[in-house]
Amino acid sequence: MKISVIITLKKDVLDPQGKVIHQTLDGMGFNDINDVRQGKFFEIDTKENDPKKAKDSVEEMCKKLLANLVIENYKIIDAQ
Amino acid sequence: MKSSVITFPGSNCDRDMDVALKKFGFKNKMVWHNDTEIPKSDLVVLPGGFSYGDYLRCGSMASKSKIMQSVINFAKSGGMVMGVCNGFQILVETGLVPGVLLRNKYLEFICKNVFVKINDKKNIYFKNIETEILELHIAHNEGNYFCSRDQLKEIEDNDQIAINYCNKDGKIDEQYNPNGSIRNIAGIFNKEKNVLGMMPHPERMIDPFLSGEDGSIFFNNLINNLK
Repeated sequence: MKISVIITLKKDVLDPQGKVIHQTLDGMGFNDINDVRQGKFFEIDTKENDPKKAKDSVEEMCKKLLANLVIENYKIIDAQ
Repeated sequence: MKSSVITFPGSNCDRDMDVALKKFGFKNKMVWHNDTEIPKSDLVVLPGGFSYGDYLRCGSMASKSKIMQSVINFAKSGGMVMGVCNGFQILVETGLVPGVLLRNKYLEFICKNVFVKINDKKNIYFKNIETEILELHIAHNEGNYFCSRDQLKEIEDNDQIAINYCNKDGKIDEQYNPNGSIRNIAGIFNKEKNVLGMMPHPERMIDPFLSGEDGSIFFNNLINNLK
């Protein structure tokens, strides 16, 4: 079973990379952007077949390693 | 006095730290990250470098390595643990010191000498030190110290800020902040002040012919405090 996780920076954390990407896009002519925030995407292929258990386990992974909860939020995308 | 320096895959300041500690009288041992017990030590040092290639977040992988449980237990029982640069990043990832280290504000790797002001001398690391300002070296890409407002208040209320970036006269101002750190923070303690994390490298300033001597002031004072 594959489970996806998206990690994003919390709202009040400075994202200098996102800012530079925003500026570059602006320079390329994409002028209607309000803001760009860069994040991380993980695809976890697990042996667990029970969607609830798999999701719980991935949530543990997020809390313990994948995200730093001081600055990041995680979102688990439903098992496929 | 006995010290231990932990070597992680990708550490590159571990031997510099070994040379520095020995120069000022520590009996130092190098400890491999896959070991499970730290030898009997008065001080444990997490050195600088790029542990695990800085994958995921700087220090995140190293903070979960086998030896770290022993280091965490040592710190929680009051043992002195000092993390420099990547070692500081590892410390924040373990949660032994509060906050995080973000990418530098202007997205540059910074490699230069800076001045730092000692914020507080009521701790074992800086007690009796004969100066207020140290000139040390920084070399990092993720040294932008950040924490939540509530955490910052707690850190300030407990005098947990160890050193701040400043100019040569000790003036702390945004223009002397190399990386965007909140309040110019260059190093912080845990609540009990036995764990110190800092971005500047004292071990690079122990020889007047190579760099400078302010690291010598720090190490000399440290070993005297421990005796």
